Parts: sequence; structure tokens; C-alpha cells
Amino acid sequence: MKDLTDDQKERSANLKGMGCSRKRVEDARFTQGKGNYVDDIKLPGMLHGDFVRSPYAHARIKSIDVSKAMALDGVVAVLTAADLAPLSLHWMPTLAGDKQMVLADGKVLFQGQEVAFVVAKNRFIAADAVELVEVDYEELPVIVDPFEALQSDVVLREDIADKKEGAHGPRKHHNHIFTWEVGQEAETNDVISNADVVATETVYYHRTHPCPLETCGSVASMDKVNGKLTVWGTFQAPHVVRTVASLLSGIEEHNIRVISPDIGGGFGNKVGVYPGYVCSIVASIVTGVPVKWIEDRMENLMSTSFARDYWMTGKIAATKEGKITGLHCHVTADHGAFDACADPTKFPAGFMNICTGSYDIPTAYLAVDGVYTNKAPGGVAYRCSFRVTEAVYFIERMIEVLAIELNMDAAELRRINFIKKEQFPYQSALGWEYDSGDYHTAWDKALKAVDYEGLRKEQADRIEAFKRGETRSLMGIGLSFFTEIVGAGPVKNCDILGMGMFDSCEIRIHPTGSAIARLGTISQGQGHATTFAQILASEIGLPADSITIEEGDTDTAPYGLGTYGSRSTPVAGAATAMAGRKIRAKAQMIAAYLLEVHDNDVEWDIDRFVVKGAPERFKTMKEIAYAAYNQAIPGVEPGLEAVSYYDPPNMTYPFGAYVCVMDIDVDTGVQTIRKFYALDDCGTRINPMIIEGQVHGGLTEALAVALGQEIAYDKMGNVKTGTFMDFFLPTAWEVPNYITDHTVTPSPHHPIGAKGVGESPHVGGVPCFSNAVNDAFRAFGLRHTHMPHDHWRIWQTANKLGLHG
Amino acid sequence: MSNKMHINLTVNGEAHEFLAEPRELLIYTLRERLNITGPHIGCETSHCGACTVTLNGKSVKACTMFIAQANGADVTTIEGIGSPDNLHVLQKSFREHHGLQCGYCTPGMITRASKLLEENPNPTEEEVRFGMAGNMCRCTGYQNIVKSILAAASEMNAAKEAAE
Amino acid sequence: MIPAPFDYHRPSDLKGVLALLQEHGDEARVIAGGHSLIPMMKLRMAEVPHLIDLQSIDSLKGISIAGTKVTIGALVTQHDIIDHPELGRVAPILKETSLQIADPQVRYMGTVGGNVANGDPGNDMPGLMQCLDATIHLIGPNGTREVAARDYYEAAYMTARDDGEVLTAISFDAPAGGYAYEKQKRKIGDYATAAAAVTIQKAGGKVASASIAMTNLSDTPVWSEAAGAALEGTTCDAAAIKAAVAAMLDDIDPTEDNRGPVAFKRHVAGIILTRAITRAWDRA
Repeated sequence: MKDLTDDQKERSANLKGMGCSRKRVEDARFTQGKGNYVDDIKLPGMLHGDFVRSPYAHARIKSIDVSKAMALDGVVAVLTAADLAPLSLHWMPTLAGDKQMVLADGKVLFQGQEVAFVVAKNRFIAADAVELVEVDYEELPVIVDPFEALQSDVVLREDIADKKEGAHGPRKHHNHIFTWEVGQEAETNDVISNADVVATETVYYHRTHPCPLETCGSVASMDKVNGKLTVWGTFQAPHVVRTVASLLSGIEEHNIRVISPDIGGGFGNKVGVYPGYVCSIVASIVTGVPVKWIEDRMENLMSTSFARDYWMTGKIAATKEGKITGLHCHVTADHGAFDACADPTKFPAGFMNICTGSYDIPTAYLAVDGVYTNKAPGGVAYRCSFRVTEAVYFIERMIEVLAIELNMDAAELRRINFIKKEQFPYQSALGWEYDSGDYHTAWDKALKAVDYEGLRKEQADRIEAFKRGETRSLMGIGLSFFTEIVGAGPVKNCDILGMGMFDSCEIRIHPTGSAIARLGTISQGQGHATTFAQILASEIGLPADSITIEEGDTDTAPYGLGTYGSRSTPVAGAATAMAGRKIRAKAQMIAAYLLEVHDNDVEWDIDRFVVKGAPERFKTMKEIAYAAYNQAIPGVEPGLEAVSYYDPPNMTYPFGAYVCVMDIDVDTGVQTIRKFYALDDCGTRINPMIIEGQVHGGLTEALAVALGQEIAYDKMGNVKTGTFMDFFLPTAWEVPNYITDHTVTPSPHHPIGAKGVGESPHVGGVPCFSNAVNDAFRAFGLRHTHMPHDHWRIWQTANKLGLHG
Repeated sequence: MSNKMHINLTVNGEAHEFLAEPRELLIYTLRERLNITGPHIGCETSHCGACTVTLNGKSVKACTMFIAQANGADVTTIEGIGSPDNLHVLQKSFREHHGLQCGYCTPGMITRASKLLEENPNPTEEEVRFGMAGNMCRCTGYQNIVKSILAAASEMNAAKEAAE
Repeated sequence: MIPAPFDYHRPSDLKGVLALLQEHGDEARVIAGGHSLIPMMKLRMAEVPHLIDLQSIDSLKGISIAGTKVTIGALVTQHDIIDHPELGRVAPILKETSLQIADPQVRYMGTVGGNVANGDPGNDMPGLMQCLDATIHLIGPNGTREVAARDYYEAAYMTARDDGEVLTAISFDAPAGGYAYEKQKRKIGDYATAAAAVTIQKAGGKVASASIAMTNLSDTPVWSEAAGAALEGTTCDAAAIKAAVAAMLDDIDPTEDNRGPVAFKRHVAGIILTRAITRAWDRA
């Protein structure tokens, strides 16, 4: 690329396009308290809904008496399954091909399940009325363990007890949901039985929750005069919600308007469709006035969308020299009471088959068994693309266990197994085509940055000092190298409820050279209004500051599948670039006409078209925009607009190399993060400031999950972690400063080479923190210990290893 | 149903009088009665700090205070900390240093930070982290929040010195 | 999370408080900072038809220090303690403890009286007050009375205070010498996994006297006379500390919760106590 002139540099800088740390346009509102979140919405006559929830994890409902609640002044309605049944809305389809109760139909299957929906004049009366609804339960045996569920005579889902076939094939047991298999079973078993070395381990990825600071909620407003339903809600996929609402309610889609206003964090929690949304809509249809439903924090943690809960058993085979030859993985997946996982239809275990990781593993096999238990439904991708966090955690633990088996350094073991730069595009044994990567360069850069050898030396010295009784602190060096699979996805194999996972952008250039672009995605903090304008600024040569980005209103935005799975930049970002290019193509014709030359005689120069060889003759985009509306140009329609629906040819595969240095107090189990280095390669970087912020946040959510955050149940199915006293969200005090770094390996198939980044730090961070804890005890004989690594579990590890004397 | 009480409350310099049930939580008074929606609800158990306001000179969590207790109080919310034409240094600093993402915790963060800097105009990083530990953020990992507050402190101190 | 309705009272003197308590009996509760009671009411785990707010009772406010004699009014907040330089000099263990309670916003509201009065095993002040051999001042329909902090706690949420009584102040003779409040918790805002309050007076290179109490390891705070006695007359060497820890472990009775199983808690109790004693001795 030839060097830019000073004039070009200045014009380029004025655009604030891709690659600059543009300050966020969203912030003016948020810093002044002028965000507009769902609970901020207040409509005339609006009623409030609140749920009666089950205190039991498994019980038959013998009767529900709403009379006392109905008698309370200010109560408008109390809905139960019996009220919804005539509308066929007492059950609803899930994203995973199962169905789920909207309100308990005959029995409850998890603690916190929705039993009745009270609608009242305000939230205070609604809460009082909830207390007055009398439900007579008959307790049933509770199963919270998926292995027990597969052995038990207790039938959890009586509605499908005798169905031998589910949405994803045969069912083996009345509490079994599906078996999903990928890869070559016989070959893999063969490789494993003939291998020099095989490491076997069971790795449990505990149940947790995305827990955005804003809980879920909705406001539904049925206007009976014109037949229009408007729903505001915490929706990561508003267009899908509109389609689902139409299919469920029978209201034609053009009469439904779904709006995602500002969203206070999503992290996967706001992908699903929840009974609260449905009940607020039904209640508004019934009452004819707006109805608001906002869940409280306990309801959020107990009922809407857990994540993980995967028991993963692996066998990894290698030569004596450490070259991996095969990988076998079996997962027992606890899906809770209903299979409500938010995955593309053909992937009941998401993209778990990315579990060969960043390594050239020639033979592999994966099988996943989904199981029902008496726990909340969900199974969302908590800050990751569909089950990628589970997959990466699995392989990054297996690598460490294999390193122990081989008595090798885990960094070296990774290095000799990485997919090589020249192997891309790389076909994995479990069916993916990795688009681009340069893992060795990233790994070497990371290890050098942290002085890996020096750290190992320090660790060895610490171990000796520990053995001599001079310290009670051990040092763990956590390594992880991850490859994500994001940007779902090609319509040919990715859909949600039958809707292909493309995304969209529609651009209108205004006559004076400013613009509005609307997308099918919805920001939840990622800064779309800032970064998508940067993409466009670079593509169409208008300043980012002159471009408004709008999302989340289905009446105005083009159809899209929403924001999750790091798909906004890979898919909607691509659509934005492609739509921008359509604008530019038309602008070129207009410029050529204005400059009185042939279309091919002008060329693009940052913010203008110039006549080739005569750079003093040009038309800026601003001038072209004006001409598009004010000049009759033969053969060219007036106006300057474009829309693009982008179906990506492939996923994108961001990667990264992380190192964590942790000190562990053997006596108390207290861990301290001394250093964390994160190198991310997300391809082309649109806004480095925002990328860094995403990395900080993702790492902190990873820290939380690895070191203590869990949704725990007792044997009776009671949730033990229902408030922030017990559900671990770290504060500023518990969180370290992170060192961020990057390499840039653009995606070859993406219009601007960008791969997505929001979830990488979570995906790579969890194994890194966990590996640090495990590594600290490696010298004392530990192979593997399960997360979360909170104080008592670390203490227990040390205790079992005899380190307490 | 309990008796309603006569309540006087000053919010962001404006006096309000109304009748309310004593159990009405201050956060609902602000958000639903007075339409001051900057402070948010995050946890409802006084852990997350999204509802932080300044009440009679103290940083408090408005989800854990009944309006009856706040009767007669003087409250400042994010809406009273700066105005579009006269932003508080912290409001500018959070934008400058990317101290926010989804924005949900931000009003509570800035309101708390303003009080922290009043009490300790020149905090260390450690003091900022400790002094902000009553406010949770799920997006930023706090690194840029801490940076924003430290930068605001420097700027406020520089301005003070210049004025002296 | 919406509490049930209640009637609110804000009397301006203690007489008014006592009259309301008499009138409404166990339907009434007093509220100070409310950071224990309000969450319970919001979860509808505490039903309080009559809420009596103490905020206008000026006689419950303020810290008075006369020589080493310290009196802390029930409405003094943790923030007030942290922000009181003279108290910081006379009884620095109070500040050290207060800084380890909850978070800044909660410390602005949370009062010493509320922390001490309720008998919540998770609260930090009760153990501290037992360590300091503080006196709890109560007022009731029959006048005032004093109860030693070491006699005040009967079981979780059960104390020597009668329903008709109000805790007005806590007083103690601030000990000279070394002190430490050591607490292990999972994060800011958490109750202790284990916490220890220790004071040590030193004379002639030896422990002249020591007082030791621990928090959240039984259904009440645990002041262990034997633990303190184990240090007395020693040079606070490893053997003495070990003996003190052993004595304390005999007196605690932790239960399993999300912070961990009993064996872990007992082990951590020993470690935290060892650290607290070591630090207090270093400061003595």
C-alpha cells in the first residue's frame, strides 16, 4: 500500500473510520442517566405483572386458588395454565425443538418455575397478590444429577414420556433428550487403543449464569383500536421475537412491533424467550392496556437461562514425543427441565465440536447426551458462541493433563501441536474449516512478553522454598490458547427456528452528506453505534460523526438474527461494509457523471472520487450525496440508499494466547492474580479502545466463573446461590489490571477481515484461570480439579494432596 | 393496606411533596413517581450499587431505603451531578477513558465516584478500587472505570490548583 | 422484592420509642440503618407491621471518649467510626474492623447498634465487642440496664435484649497494646468465612493479657477465655499460639454453607486466628 500524503492522512483522520479509538457516541446518554432501558418505560394506564413461583423442584399441582388474590383491591387478573390453555399458550416451543411450560401445567419441574401470573395496578399490589395465591403442591422425588436421571424410574417429563424420538433423534430413556455424534468413532477408538500415551480425564464445567446487571423484562402494549401489538423487551434478537410472537399469538407479523431499547448487558441471558415475555403479551391482549413485567434478581438467577452444566470425559492420545493423534470426548449435558438451549437448530450441543481446539488432531469423535433434571432450563451461551467455552475449557484442560502424562511442559506441548500457518484454511477432524490463523507467532509473542522461562524458574524456586517450609504460598502459571468459532453463520447450516442466520444493514445517505444506517443486530454495551459508523465511514467516506446507527426496532430495522455468539461484527459488520460498497458503486456513477468522465476513469480516494491521473479533479461524497438528490442523472435513480443481507460463507475463527500468574495461599485457599496477559487476534481491528474494553470485561467474567460463580443446588433442588451474597460477581477490589496485546490475522472471507472479539476473553480466560490453579499443584501430583476454584475447593485440593501437614 | 404518609423530598435541588406508602423504596420513588430514571435496579439486596444516590451527603443504595426513612432528605442523583451544558468532570472522564459499556451501572458508578472524590480528592488506585467496591459492573472489568476516576481526580486537582 | 405494607413511626425521643414498642409488642421492630432488616423485609422473611425508625433520636448518636473510656451511640455508623481520628487513636481496632464490613455505601448506613443488637452470627461487631469486653446499654419499660457483650448472645438472632428494649450504646475501656481484626471472606460484601478479633497487652517481653474472639464460626460470636489465657505469660511464640488456636477450636462450632464445609472452616479459623495473634503481638 502506498504511503498517504499529509492531505490524505488528514482527510482519513477526519472520518474516524476503522482502526481508530473513536470515543463512544452512546456515552453522552449513559453518563447523564439518560439511557432508556425497559424498566424506564412507562405508559399511561400500564399494569404490572408478577409471578407466583414454585418453591419446589418437582411437585404435582393439586390445585390453585386465586380467589384471595383476585379479591385484593387493584388486582386485575391472575393467569394460570388453565387460562392460557384455550389459547394454546400454556406451553411454548423452545429454540431447541422442545417445548416448555409458560405456566405450570399440572406439575412443576424446577424451583422458581412460573405457576401463575398476577396483573395489578402497580408492582406493590402485584407483589402482595402473589402472596395470596394458594397453590396446593404434592411433592415428587427430585433429581438434580444427570447421571441419576438416566438411571431413575422417576419420569420428569410426563408429557413426552413415551416418545422414543425427540427433535434430535432417538431418546434412550424417559429422561434422555438426545444423543449428538460427530466424527469417527471407530477410527478414534482405534487410535486411542494403539497410542503410546493416553490421558483420560473427566472435566466438569459447572452450572453458572450470565447475570447481566439489568434483569430480563418486557412491556407489552396491545392497541385494540388498530390491532397493533408493541413489545419492548430485553431482547438480544428482536426480529426473532417478533416472528415467534406472531406464530404464537396468531397476530400477523406486520401488526407486531418489537423494540429492544437500551439493554443493560446480555451475555446470552437475553437470547431466549421467557414465560414473562409471553405472559406480559397475553395479559396486555386480555386487558387491553400495557403490561410490564420485570424480573427481580432472584428470579433471574433461578429461572431465566443458566449456562454450561457439562460433564465432559475425554481421552487424548499422543506419541511419546507429544504429537496428538486422537481425541475422544463424551459429554453428559444437564439441560434442566426443558431443552431450551439457544443453539442453531442443527446443533443441539452448539459448536461443541470445536473441541479439537487450536491443534492439528487428525482423528476425533464427540458424543453429547442431553438429559432432563429438576433444574431451570436454559443452556445459553454465556459470553461465548454456542458451547464454545465448554469446548475450549475441555481441550485446554486435556492438553494440561496430557502434558502431565508426558511429563512435558504444557507450553511446548501446545507448540508442537498447533495448526500451522500454512495449513489454513484448515479442515478439522470434527468438520469445521478454520479460516485463518498464525498460532505460533501469537504463542511466541505471549510467552516472550511474560518471560515464560523466568516464570517457570521462579515457580520452581517457590516449590523448593515451600518444601523447605519457608513459604505457604504456591505459584500457578495458567496457560491457554484458544480458537473460537463465531459469526454464525452460513444460512446453509445455521438457523434459529428455521430462520437463516444472516444479518443485515440498510443505509440512507441524506442530501447534505450525513447518513443513517439500521441493522438487524442490537447492542448491549458493545458500542455498535460507534463501531458500525466507523466501518461505514471507511467504506463510504463520510465522517463517522455524521452517521447515525439505529438498531432494535423491528418496524424500522431490516430483519436480522440479533446479537450473540460474537456475530455482530462478522455478520452485520459485513452487511454494513457490503451495503456501503453498494452506496459507493452508485456514488461512482454519479461522480463520473459530474466530472464528465467514464465510470472507470474515476477512482476512490478516502472520502471522494478523483479522476485517475488528475487528482485535482474530484467530487467528495458530500457533494455526490447532494447531487444524488438534486440532479437528474440519466440512467440513475435519484437518492442514495442501499441494503445488504449478508449470508457469511463461513464462520470466523478468532484466537488468542493468554497467561495468568497466580499466587495461592495453601492454608486458606485464597488466590491472588498477580499478572494476566491477554493476546487477542480478532482479525482486522475496528476500534482498539472498544476491543480492549471487551477484553477487560470478558476476562473479568471469566475470572468470576473460574473462581467462584456458580448456580448450585442442594439435593432437594433448592437454589443455594440466589442473591449476590452467594452468586459471585467480583467487585473492583477482587479484579486485577490486565495487560492486553494483539496480533492481526484478517479473516480471508470477510469483507473487512474482522472476526469478532467480545467473547474471546471469556472463552480463553476461563481455562487460563483454571489452569493456573491446577498448575500450582502440579508439582504435588494434581492432575485435575473441578471449577469453581473458590477458597474452600482450593483448600480441599491442597488438603487431599497432604499439603496441610 | 397501610396508611399513606405525607413525604417531603428534595431531589437535585427540586422540592417534592406527595403521599406515599411507607414501604415504597426510595429507588421506586425516584424512578416511578418522579421519573428520575438514571439510578437503576440491579440486585435489590444492596450489593450491586446500580441504585446509588447521594442522600444527605452520603452514598446510599436507594433499593435499601424506604421512602419513609428518606422523608425530609436531600437527594442527588446522576441527573443532578451535571447537565448537558456543564458536565461533571467524571462524566467526561468516563467517556474519554471508556469507563462504561452497557451503561446500566454508570449512573451509580459516577454518583458514587463523585462522593469518593469529595472525601478523598487524591486517591491511589487501591483507594479507588476499595472506595468503589460497592458498585458492580459486568461489562468493563473495572480497569477503565478506575482509570476514568483517577484521571478525573487529576483533572479536578489541576483545575483547583489553577484556580488558587 | 417488595416488602409487605407496614406503618412507619419516627419518634423524636426514646420515650416515644418505648411507648410504641409497648403498644405494638412483637408487631414492632426498630430500624436504624436497615441494612439487615430491609433485605429481610423485601424477601418477606421478616414481617414488620410497625417499623420504628430511630433516626431522630439524637441521644443515640455520637462517639464520646474520656481517657480510655469509649462510648459509642447505637446510631453511629461504620463510616462514622472510620472517619473519627480520635477513636482511631484510642481504639484503632474499631476502624480496622469497620473497614472490613460490607462496602462504602453500606458502611454509611450500617450502625454499630444494628450490627451488635441483632445477634446475626455473620456480623463483625459482636465478636469485636466481646473481645473488648464491652458493655451493652439497654433501655426498656423498666429503665436502663447493662449487659456484658460476652453475656449478650444466646443463639442466632437470640439475645439478652427483651423485645420491649432498645440498645442505646456500647461502651468499653479501650485496651492499650496490640490489636488485630483479621477476616477471610469471598469478596467485598460477604460475611466472614472466619474472622478474629485479638488484643494483646505486653509487659516485660511477655503477654500480660490477651483477649480473643471469633466471628461466624458458631451461632453466636465466640470469645474464648481459654484461648486468651493460653497466650498469657508466654512470649507469644509458636507453641503458645498453637495452644491458643487449639483452645479456640474447642470453643467454635461452625456449620457448612456456601463458604465451605466444617473441616475447611475450622482449618481457616486456626490460620486466621494465628495471623491475628501474630499481628496483634507485633503491634503490642
